Amino acid sequence: MDARTPRRTVVSVRDLRLALPAGGDRAHAVDGVSFDLVAGEILCLVGESGSGKSMCAHALMGLLPKAVKPSGGEIRLDGADLLAQDEAGWRDTRGRRIAMVFQEPMTALNPLMRIGDQMAEMFEAHGLLTPRERRARAVALAGEVGLPEPERIVRSYPHQLSGGQRQRAMIAMALALEPAVLVADEPTTALDVTTQAQILDLIRGLQRRRNMAVLFITHDFGVVADIADRVLVLRHGRVVEEGPAEAVLGRPREDYTRTLLAAVPSMDPPRREPRSGPKAVEVAGLCKTYSTGGGLWRKPRRVEAARDVAFAIHQGETVGLVGESGSGKSSVARLVMRLIEPDRGAVMLGDDDLTRLSGEALRRARSRIQMVFQDPFASLNPRRRVGQIIADGPVAHGVPRSEAEARARDLLRLVGLDPSAMERFPHEFSGGQRQRVGIARALALEPKILVADEAVSALDVSVQAQVLALLEDLKQRLGLSMLFITHDLRVAAQICDRIAVMRRGEIVELKPAGALFANPEHPYTRALLDAVPGRTRAAA
Amino acid sequence: MIGFVAGRVGKGIVVLLAIVVLNFFLIRLAPGDPALVMAGEAGAGDELFVAQLREKFGLDQPLPNQLALYVRNIASLDLGYSVRQQMPVATLIADRLPATLLLTGSAFAISLVLGVTLGALAARRAGRAADTAITGLALLFYATPLFWVSLMAIIVFSVRLEWLPSFGFESVGAGHAGLARAADIAHHLILPAMTLGLFFMAVYVRMTRASMLEVAGQDFVKTARAKGLGDRTIQRRHVLRNALLPVVTLAGLQAGTLVGGAILTETVFAWPGIGRLMYEALLQRDYNLLLGVFVVSSAMVLVFNLVTDVLYRVVDPRIEAAR
Repeated sequence: MDARTPRRTVVSVRDLRLALPAGGDRAHAVDGVSFDLVAGEILCLVGESGSGKSMCAHALMGLLPKAVKPSGGEIRLDGADLLAQDEAGWRDTRGRRIAMVFQEPMTALNPLMRIGDQMAEMFEAHGLLTPRERRARAVALAGEVGLPEPERIVRSYPHQLSGGQRQRAMIAMALALEPAVLVADEPTTALDVTTQAQILDLIRGLQRRRNMAVLFITHDFGVVADIADRVLVLRHGRVVEEGPAEAVLGRPREDYTRTLLAAVPSMDPPRREPRSGPKAVEVAGLCKTYSTGGGLWRKPRRVEAARDVAFAIHQGETVGLVGESGSGKSSVARLVMRLIEPDRGAVMLGDDDLTRLSGEALRRARSRIQMVFQDPFASLNPRRRVGQIIADGPVAHGVPRSEAEARARDLLRLVGLDPSAMERFPHEFSGGQRQRVGIARALALEPKILVADEAVSALDVSVQAQVLALLEDLKQRLGLSMLFITHDLRVAAQICDRIAVMRRGEIVELKPAGALFANPEHPYTRALLDAVPGRTRAAA
Repeated sequence: MIGFVAGRVGKGIVVLLAIVVLNFFLIRLAPGDPALVMAGEAGAGDELFVAQLREKFGLDQPLPNQLALYVRNIASLDLGYSVRQQMPVATLIADRLPATLLLTGSAFAISLVLGVTLGALAARRAGRAADTAITGLALLFYATPLFWVSLMAIIVFSVRLEWLPSFGFESVGAGHAGLARAADIAHHLILPAMTLGLFFMAVYVRMTRASMLEVAGQDFVKTARAKGLGDRTIQRRHVLRNALLPVVTLAGLQAGTLVGGAILTETVFAWPGIGRLMYEALLQRDYNLLLGVFVVSSAMVLVFNLVTDVLYRVVDPRIEAAR
């Protein structure tokens, strides 16, 4: 913050209370939250899911879900209480005085409208400029947020842009009317780490240039460290701690903040002994090319998901596959599981080549390699009880049901759940608990190898730490080998013995975790490591 | 786009050829010798006449030659000769086609316009009285058999209220011309077009309503609100446009029934269209005519499918990329 400019408070939120419908697990989504948004300053609202941080953002825009009602407090914008204004007043405020950027740039843009038209709508909504001037401004805005070939971009549809470009377009739209306040609700969560770094830079730069007040919602302390001037930590709708970023991150006063910070995986991999036992899996020359489209008159679009991928996992070892979206890491996981057929290559489980097996032999081999999926909400059948979900695999392999269920009970205990969970349905559990069920399900067939595809990516940081600890513990106790796919280098640093960096279907670097972080060789690995948010501050 | 259309036309021709071949074998499946059937239809049975018929229609040739002849005839738009009606099939169909297209086209327009309007209205008032009334009505039309609706409509509007004529294409012998004739035809059109359109209208109401409610919950609608746009603009530009995509798919399916789908309505209202021609041909075992109608309606289905696909690519820019 520049010391010469006086702190001008643009928005002041006082004792904000948002009531949830009766019958929920708590009465208020947000309970007595106060904060100020100051021109030229970024306030980060941090918290885990359910902390009410997103509700605060939506309250500022008057865009709360119908069921949530403000029940107390005030939101003052330049002195006037926003909560007291009618719908017409809100319409005037939205976009012109407070603008918002959303989390998922794919779904936040209308798929049927050109980018430029969607930008022009901003002016149209407030009756500004002529259609021709609006178009010209849209082009100028696209240029300002760093979109390449603005003239062409404004004529494109959202699906023709990359994720980062779409988010830039969203930001351009939000800035169109030069609002005093920008609300950004997890604007980089859906983006790759290198893109995230660019978008954070962009928001930072624009905010400085235009002296905007920014409310930045995030769950990621790395992002907080990179961008925040001040931080507000929320938990269950209440403020836990507030202060300048250095103070909250460096010298947290509250236990909860300390717990959260401690749960953020560090970029320093712990020392691990190199493994050299027999190989549990050996992958050689794996190739897979997808071709989409194409027909009589058109060449198909070809995407190489795996190009000569080769690696081995020793017994008891965890190998990480890291890379950005589209790098082919999930495809490799699926190839190793033989959920998809490779074009070429071999996946050796001991002496068997999984890619060549069929029928009964394949079924038997499959039980030795099991997968934990990313989304703990979508990967469990909502209509089956947890006990059935876990016991189904062994029963399919011929284990008597009573025995399989007894084993399921043991497994639930093993993953830290009460065996009474057997009779309940997946929706009765939290995300972390569901992921434990997913792990128990994978372990039910007593596999030798576990493939974890972004298994902790959908979880809050404290839950993520618990699940990582559980995986580590299980690996030790059961002598498992693990293929761990993640986009999060911090997580990879903590759990992997060796890490393979993937780009466009190729492994560009494969090294022990410690060596990779200390001494990255490939330029792409270096770029990835540099883009991890919160690096600078953690190092300082 | 041109490549796409050319490709689809090519495929359509192949499909049509398959239908024509299938048609040919369908004739052979008809019981007995086609020549004998025709002779019977014509009311004459001596050997010489049957032999003449065979020669005239090429029935004395080997099967492959007959097939080639049939395909060549269809390709030159010769659909054969209806012995019963003593007229070329193509002429018969061409005579009846405008009436049918007028009826089904109006029904199509009525169902689409009313269905989407009412569906959008119901979605905006979801859960309130207007919504309950509209969805209730739609359910009623959806569930009631078409012929019953037709008969009830005749009883109410023609017999009791005497507002609308109960049958026919126009007033016979009234000697109307020009605009007066058009008005007369429109007057006759109202009842059959409405009853025919009701079922699809009900489908469009339900689909538009469900689709709009789904789209209303999507992120880009929130973005539009965050811009400060008014509710009407949001509903029209962001919600309705996206909600119409599944409706377009369904409208394409309905368009496929434009030629052959009005048999019941045409019969009940004595509408001189293809449907009734088909019905009569069926009763009179006029196979040539029946198969001619079959070929024409198949061709129409192909044409409308193509139109739908092109339209879909116009309204949804993502299709190009996903192909």
